Amino acid sequence: MLSPRALILRGPGTNCDQETAYAFERAGGHTKRIHVQALAQSPSLLDDFQIFCIPGGFSYGDDIASGRILAIELTERLGDTLRRFHERGGLIIGICNGFQVLLQTGLLTPDSTSGKQAATLTRNASGRFIDCWIRLQATPGNCVFLRGLDHFELPVAHAEGRFTTVDKTFLQQLDSRGQFVLHYAKDRNGQQTNPNGSEQNVAGMCDTTGRIFGLMPHPERFIEATQHPAWAGRLDPHADGAGLTFFRNALRVIGKDLG
Amino acid sequence: MIRDVLGTGHGAKPLANLDVFCVAPLNTPAKTIPPGVIPPKKLLHGVVAGVRDYGNRMGIPTIAGAVAFHPGYLGNPLVFCGTVGLMPRDSADGRVEPGDLVVVAGGRTGRDGIHGATFSSIELSSESENQSGGSVQIGHAIHEKTVTDFVLAASEEHLFHAITDCGAGGLSSAVGEMGAELGAEVDLEKVPLKYDGLSATEVWISEAQERMVLAVSPSEWPRLAEVARLEGVEATPIGTFTGNGQLALRWDGERVGDLNCHFLHEGRPRERLRSIFTPPQHLPVCWSLENENFETVLLELLRSEDVASKEWIIRQYDHEVQGKSVLKPLLGPMGGPADATVIRGVLGRPRGILIGIGLRHHLGTIDPFEMAVGGIVEAVSNCIASGADPERIALLDNFCWGDCRRPDSLGTLVEACRGCYEAAVTLKAPFVSGKDSLNNVFTWKDNAGVVKEQSIPPTLLATAIGQINDVSLCVSSDFKRAGNRIALVGISTTELGGSQLAVIGRTTGGEIPKVDFKNCQNTFKSIYDLNQQRLIASCHDLSDGGLGVALAEMAIGGGLGADINLEKVPLDDTGNLAKPDELMSLLRVACAETPGRFLIEVKEENASEVDRILQGSTWSWIGTVTNDSLLTIRCGEDSVVTQTLVHKLATAWREQSTAQTHGKS
Repeated sequence: MLSPRALILRGPGTNCDQETAYAFERAGGHTKRIHVQALAQSPSLLDDFQIFCIPGGFSYGDDIASGRILAIELTERLGDTLRRFHERGGLIIGICNGFQVLLQTGLLTPDSTSGKQAATLTRNASGRFIDCWIRLQATPGNCVFLRGLDHFELPVAHAEGRFTTVDKTFLQQLDSRGQFVLHYAKDRNGQQTNPNGSEQNVAGMCDTTGRIFGLMPHPERFIEATQHPAWAGRLDPHADGAGLTFFRNALRVIGKDLG
Repeated sequence: MIRDVLGTGHGAKPLANLDVFCVAPLNTPAKTIPPGVIPPKKLLHGVVAGVRDYGNRMGIPTIAGAVAFHPGYLGNPLVFCGTVGLMPRDSADGRVEPGDLVVVAGGRTGRDGIHGATFSSIELSSESENQSGGSVQIGHAIHEKTVTDFVLAASEEHLFHAITDCGAGGLSSAVGEMGAELGAEVDLEKVPLKYDGLSATEVWISEAQERMVLAVSPSEWPRLAEVARLEGVEATPIGTFTGNGQLALRWDGERVGDLNCHFLHEGRPRERLRSIFTPPQHLPVCWSLENENFETVLLELLRSEDVASKEWIIRQYDHEVQGKSVLKPLLGPMGGPADATVIRGVLGRPRGILIGIGLRHHLGTIDPFEMAVGGIVEAVSNCIASGADPERIALLDNFCWGDCRRPDSLGTLVEACRGCYEAAVTLKAPFVSGKDSLNNVFTWKDNAGVVKEQSIPPTLLATAIGQINDVSLCVSSDFKRAGNRIALVGISTTELGGSQLAVIGRTTGGEIPKVDFKNCQNTFKSIYDLNQQRLIASCHDLSDGGLGVALAEMAIGGGLGADINLEKVPLDDTGNLAKPDELMSLLRVACAETPGRFLIEVKEENASEVDRILQGSTWSWIGTVTNDSLLTIRCGEDSVVTQTLVHKLATAWREQSTAQTHGKS
């Protein structure tokens, strides 16, 4: 059996590439971190991979809009490559800034009307960057990354994570198609959480095939128990974190295809 | 700071940032703020935003910090930033070879940051902002991130012999230091510029950011240039390290500078300054208590700025990027304050690095020696509480002082240095880095036209870097389970000079609690031994606000209560016993800040083993963890001094943070 391989994209301002690679490796995969310029020069590099991952960071400084420039590079220089990759069964995941990039490319909403970008992640309602742990609820549907997950905790760390759409109709359309597979959940006291003011408490979404997935929380930051803020004296330090499931799921799906 | 790490040896990977701010109290009345001074609240929000935007974009976690408040920082606030780096053991020594190219890589050179180093060392005044605006360097985090990626990639391929960052003094000090022995010749017109019009001098001393200088063998240059191109970084050879011991500068072929390197580095005659130190007279403690009771004072301490939660700042920093954090700045189910913060060195490996911070700035004007040793012991105690090995701790000192040309000011600096020496030698903890900023004096004219001046209080920031072989042995400060026992380890005194009780205005005068090194060392070792055997469920060092505040913080983090008896606190011979009906005696025991003490939580079944290991130490069981959500403090079994809802303590502790979160950003 071939071992599943994940390409971790990096570019100017990417900064979660190493821990994301580590997460895939802990889950049993092989990874390579490749610079967007190198990939744009030789798109066939992607042929060796089954998973394409855009990790977190501040690509190109997020100076125009979060993820915008990297998204343009992907669309203009690698658009066909990525579509073919997806059509041959490849998985695409974007985490935090990677989710912002994915939304900007339109890969998550290919059928949005008028060709304009119809959904985005904008400045947190608080106007500030926030790093905190939060309870989430998965409703996986056909999203391959979330299989078997229900309630769990992950950290968020972003200034622009408020999910919003161009209008209510489009929001309902995405919802009714089951694309909102990850929500900020109620905390243990029954209080609804929502660190950024997202519509419908959306924390992550997938495309209609379930093979392209973007989320604001960081699964790669909860691979082992010691990454949790209350592990000491409470959790087995060597236990797996909930985030590892994301990467295991992806590798399992690919492993089956690779036979 | 990040580039300092990057410019060490053959280039080190930045692992974590820490930052400490010293500002005036946020409620400083507007009418007392001199002209040209940014109000402290606006200033702190601005500094936090700066660190946030730069650190977060760089992808380096900001894992530790502190904010210290004192009216003396009004005209001259302090910002300390630090970076921890990691490098392969054999990469520590960079060595320039004769014939190596001088390569400048990264950002272009502009007029920003001319005389930055001079600016940071002169007295500030109400006119500084207008006069010295051009001295401030303008940074760009993403350029720095690409430079970092480039340097680490080039280092991995061994493409350079040595590297230094362009810090204070710009190229002049980077090239000057690297060529200190060999000498160098530089063609200044080759330095890439942001815009035309710079003179040779400006190019040579500009402190424009994101620039590194590398010594590159001509044979490696083509590959280095290729790596730079791939990473999108500009790298340009501007000269050669010669071997003739001269530092020669040219501008379009014309000689604009030529100095002997030995003269440049050793030629300055040493200055002799005079210092005087007059030990301060300690007045007896004077209390200001009217309608207060134990609970109101404890709540006041939790609300006080030095003690209060810094959550509003912590959450604006990405403290988890890189995935290595093990103990975060806020811990436990309810987010109580950490002692040291801990990160792994390498993902997937068990070894951890601990960072502890000690800052006893309120002692600066009272007893600079005790400020130094107290700060160091506090920084080390933070590490020990979280699980560090006391035999593998390194220290950093950051001095910020007033005008040291004045003998009395220099005298306090000498005292602090004596403290640093004694602490380092006694604790066998070497100083591995540090920095100083002298001359922190602010002058202005008041409304009547009278010239006023203000010096900062002498300020020594101590940072301790500890190690732990297996991060699974780390201990956090939050209470874990009702029924567990609580012990106080270390000897307590009841002196109140310079304590938080004084800061909140409840006392004046009093002796300073002195560090008892012998006792500290024993205590450190005992805590470490207990940790190694996994006998401690939680541990917290006692610092600002003493025992009362430490208990409250453990309760807040764990969301559990505690019931303790002040009579059980082990006091030294001079200590005043707590008496149930005497508030002052109770506050002395509960709020004195003797350094080198720890609260530990122990499971009942481990109690006898803890008893055995602590034989010969000064310690005592003082109470238990409870599930009634109350902090109960007794003086004797039957006399309850206070019984306060933990929720009430938490609300007080978070009051300022909540206000700042909802305030303007």
